[in-house]
Amino acid sequence: MTPQGLSTRQVVLALAAPVLGVLAWHLATQGQAYSLIPSPYDVAVQWWDLAFGGIWDDLYSGTLLAHTFASLSRVYGGFALAALVALPMGMLIGRVAVVRDLLDPTLQILRPIPVTAWLPLAMIVFGIGPRSAFFLVFLGAFYPILLNTIFGVKNVEGRLFEAAAMLGVSPQAVFWKVVLPASLPSIFTGLRLGLGFAWVVIVVGEMTGVQTGLGAIIMEARQLSRTEIVISGMVTIGVLGFLSDQLVQWLGRRLLRWSPQHG
Amino acid sequence: MDDATSLPRPAAEGRGRGGAAPLPILDIQRVTKRFAFGAEQITALSDASLRIAKGEFICLIGPSGCGKSTLLRMVAGFETASTGSLLMWGKPIAGPGPDRGMVFQDYGLFPWLTVVQNVGFGPAARGRPKAEVTATAKRFVDLVGLTRFADAYPHQLSGGMKQRVAIARVLANDAEVVLMDEPFGALDAMTRERLQEELLEVWARAKLTVLFVTHAIEEAIFLSDRIVVMSPGPGRIIADERVALPRPRDPTSLEFNALRRRFAAMLGGHH
Ligand SMILES: Nc1ncnc2c1ncn2[C@@H]1O[C@H](COP(=O)(O)OP(=O)(O)O)[C@@H](O)[C@H]1O
Ligand SMILES: [Mg+2]
Repeated sequence: MTPQGLSTRQVVLALAAPVLGVLAWHLATQGQAYSLIPSPYDVAVQWWDLAFGGIWDDLYSGTLLAHTFASLSRVYGGFALAALVALPMGMLIGRVAVVRDLLDPTLQILRPIPVTAWLPLAMIVFGIGPRSAFFLVFLGAFYPILLNTIFGVKNVEGRLFEAAAMLGVSPQAVFWKVVLPASLPSIFTGLRLGLGFAWVVIVVGEMTGVQTGLGAIIMEARQLSRTEIVISGMVTIGVLGFLSDQLVQWLGRRLLRWSPQHG
Repeated sequence: MDDATSLPRPAAEGRGRGGAAPLPILDIQRVTKRFAFGAEQITALSDASLRIAKGEFICLIGPSGCGKSTLLRMVAGFETASTGSLLMWGKPIAGPGPDRGMVFQDYGLFPWLTVVQNVGFGPAARGRPKAEVTATAKRFVDLVGLTRFADAYPHQLSGGMKQRVAIARVLANDAEVVLMDEPFGALDAMTRERLQEELLEVWARAKLTVLFVTHAIEEAIFLSDRIVVMSPGPGRIIADERVALPRPRDPTSLEFNALRRRFAAMLGGHH
């Protein structure tokens, strides 16, 4: 899963910023009688308790896995549903004029509405609970996938259609033989962005009336002024989002070896 | 390398009609092509006629904008004539088809396929059995000297190598007519010369009919049986001359240079 050809220098530089950041955080919070922000050490202890228990033994001890799993299933579920709808829709909009004329204007008007602005409406329609969160994730992942798919299938180099035609590809086969493979890099970019957005949106989605999930404990802990838990949740989301993106990039490198941007 | 001699070729002989002149493989009859250009019309090609016998190597030469690409693209079936007709073996050309393979100046390779997959693309698309596709593709990859790069992707190849793939792709698809639009224009002089020689070798061995666009007089003289000279505004054919020099031709010979001067004069100050 590590990117190929990572030099020691790159690793050192990549780690320098977070290490310095944590150090600054440590110095700023250390020795303060009363700090609004807990020290990195407190957060680390809290994270451990959240993950494995055995320190505070409160309501939150050892619950991290359950919350993580709840969020993961919403992220990947919403993302998968978004891909399932956006991929075929994008291909149709990109290649079929009637579909484009029918759907594109509406989608363009809906697009500038931030995903978070949908939250109240989602709560009315889907009720307070995980289904609203799921819907927001779906929406957040939907547009990047859709737009990049449209872009990909629309911008296939004209020369490739001529090449396929003179080699004997039938018009019905052009989509599978040319359009789809040619647009894979764009589609892939859309999937990657979509998954990234899914992680951004999940927290907002889980912040209202959901019992489980990383967003839910962050919100709950804030109300209880358990800032160590808030930060533990944030760190967990950061790491999961990062690993998730690394996985996708690794897949991309394997599948798109032919593409100079991905290979 | 001997493999090219065993190229499966569609029956082309015996198609002539009785004792009359043999049926040309390509018959271009008074073809005019106009393009709409905003509100105006551009005549890209005016009243062009050309009969090409099977096995001929023909170069179209002329300054840019004289309709060379347009003529080639109509033969390929990418464009339709405004007036006049284009026939292959006596039948109107209705669209692109594998009997006429095009080698583009910008290669037009499929970037997601390896060299051997690009070369096998045509046979695969036309539903040939997998084993046959692989064997054919390998054979033509070897023929153009890219055996070591069979599994490379186009972005890993040099321009000359890409052009070899483009040529192999058309040959592997069993094209009878090979259309080449300034195929070597973007290559360095050494690569260009080597590809010219290789092309002549394949042409002779596989009995191809080649319609080759260039704006380089020397290239045309080196390659052609016949040189068709075109001039712009509007594009038309102004000369159609046989090149009688024996092959292989020596560009430093007196006869070669005499021809070079003749065609340069014909093309006016352009060269
Ligand atoms: N698709 C097109 N639309 C409009 N004009 C075109 C098109 N293709 C070619 N032309 C015009 O036709 C003329 C001949 O072009 P072309 O055949 O490309 O010339 P050449 O290949 O000899 O340089 C030029 O004036 C060019 O601008
Ligand atoms: Mg041209």
